Amino acid sequence: MSAPSIGAVTLAPHRVGAMVLRYLYLLRSSWTRLLELIYWPAVQLLVWGFLQLYIAQNSGFFARASGVFIAAVLMWDVLFRGQLGFSVSFLEEMWSRNLSNLMISPLRPIEFVCALMIMSLIRLAIGMVPVTFLAIAFFGFNVYGLGLALAAFFVNLILTSWAVGIVVSGVLLRNGMGAESLAWTLMFVLMPLACVYYPVSVLPDWLQVIAWALPPTYVFEGMRALIMEHVVRADLMVEAFVLNAFYFAAGVVAFLQLLKSARRVGSLLQTGE
Amino acid sequence: MPQAAEPAIAVDQLVKVYKTTRAVDGISFALERGSITGLLGGNGAGKTTTIAMIMGLVMPTSGTVKVLGAEMPRQRYQVLHKMNFESPYVDMPHRLTVRQNLTVFGLLYAVEDLKGRIASLARELDLVEFIDRPTGKLSAGQKTRVALAKALINSPQVLLLDEPTASLDPDTADWVRAHLERFRKERGVTVLLASHNMAEVERLCERVIIMKRGRIEDDDTPQRLLIRYGRETLEEVFLDVARGRGEASEAAQ
Repeated sequence: MSAPSIGAVTLAPHRVGAMVLRYLYLLRSSWTRLLELIYWPAVQLLVWGFLQLYIAQNSGFFARASGVFIAAVLMWDVLFRGQLGFSVSFLEEMWSRNLSNLMISPLRPIEFVCALMIMSLIRLAIGMVPVTFLAIAFFGFNVYGLGLALAAFFVNLILTSWAVGIVVSGVLLRNGMGAESLAWTLMFVLMPLACVYYPVSVLPDWLQVIAWALPPTYVFEGMRALIMEHVVRADLMVEAFVLNAFYFAAGVVAFLQLLKSARRVGSLLQTGE
Repeated sequence: MPQAAEPAIAVDQLVKVYKTTRAVDGISFALERGSITGLLGGNGAGKTTTIAMIMGLVMPTSGTVKVLGAEMPRQRYQVLHKMNFESPYVDMPHRLTVRQNLTVFGLLYAVEDLKGRIASLARELDLVEFIDRPTGKLSAGQKTRVALAKALINSPQVLLLDEPTASLDPDTADWVRAHLERFRKERGVTVLLASHNMAEVERLCERVIIMKRGRIEDDDTPQRLLIRYGRETLEEVFLDVARGRGEASEAAQ
């Protein structure tokens, strides 16, 4: 089987496929894992959706902004669940004490990362697609009605989620399971700064500088502009994409450096605490 | 290009320091292709760190490790597909069946005719009965056989074994040893075996390297070690080395 070369990096599709197959076998064998993928996004959607319904009935502004909360919930879940899908697949290797087997196999780090990205998409699809239909059924909000803009939102959010997932996996490799909580909590640092539920202008000036350094901020601003003002802000999507390209590349470099450091301190041998 | 006479594993002045601990302290040895060597030592002797450096899992502080001519870990991807490893301290995903696990590893190692290879390993290692059961539901003996099947899936030229029969009952352990013996004879694979089981090393190995506090204390054939130390079993030799009686015994000779 041939292995195409990306620059100095070899990428063999059969090894990426082997890892994806490994995670699909796992999902197929565990209904609790499958249920968990849908459970939290559905709960989130219902809570925020009904809250929006209630407020809209009592406020002209929210009546005009119909769907903005629901869209924000769905977009936030793309960001959060995308990273979680990446990190949890990685954690599965640590939980099952299988990491050494993989590290002594011909699997390259970049192939491992590719498999984790594919699994992040698959897990996201399993969890989010049914929830988007719930949004139509309960609140009459059709996220697919956002059209091409939805694709731009999705690409930018998933790139950010992967960049964070890659760094978290590197930290786990280097520091072991003691860093597991990062996988579950790191993304929440972005939540207030990325302005998921409110415009950037609400933040103090100095915090706005930080907010605009985060790609998701552009997505949530763009989403509000589209839903509330019916304006497509392509400029915001391009800026987000440029930032994402930088963060993603930085994430890969950080992962490789953390892996190198893990080899130096011997932490690949001990993947416990 | 590696020379034909180049050793399968060449370790030269290898040192590994973890913060202030010298886990491996300047060891050198070379293993001929097709040989089987036992790596003996008490807890903390440096066996696992040495094996980890040979596999490229741990980066040496200084010195070099070459496997089939490739320097580890820098050139590891030139040889990782020709090596494999088995240890009871490393698991495979519990929820996956034996067949699924072997399929995943077979794909990672690009094994040709993978279905045929799995079927043949299942027959050789007596896995047929439970090949479609989740790996986590197997007994310790069955898990060891599955781990061995994973280690042999790519028909490796270099096989590293870390206490392959630990926690097995004597019957299963004997079965595993017999299989390893047969596999090595048939395939001419180079085996490095770290073990605490002296009888196992005596039976399987044609050479024994004894480590203590990160250094090589002795390196010889089992027969010559017995003669030199004036002992009847390797266990007695090991105890002599571990308790610092080696020099005294040799001086008395």
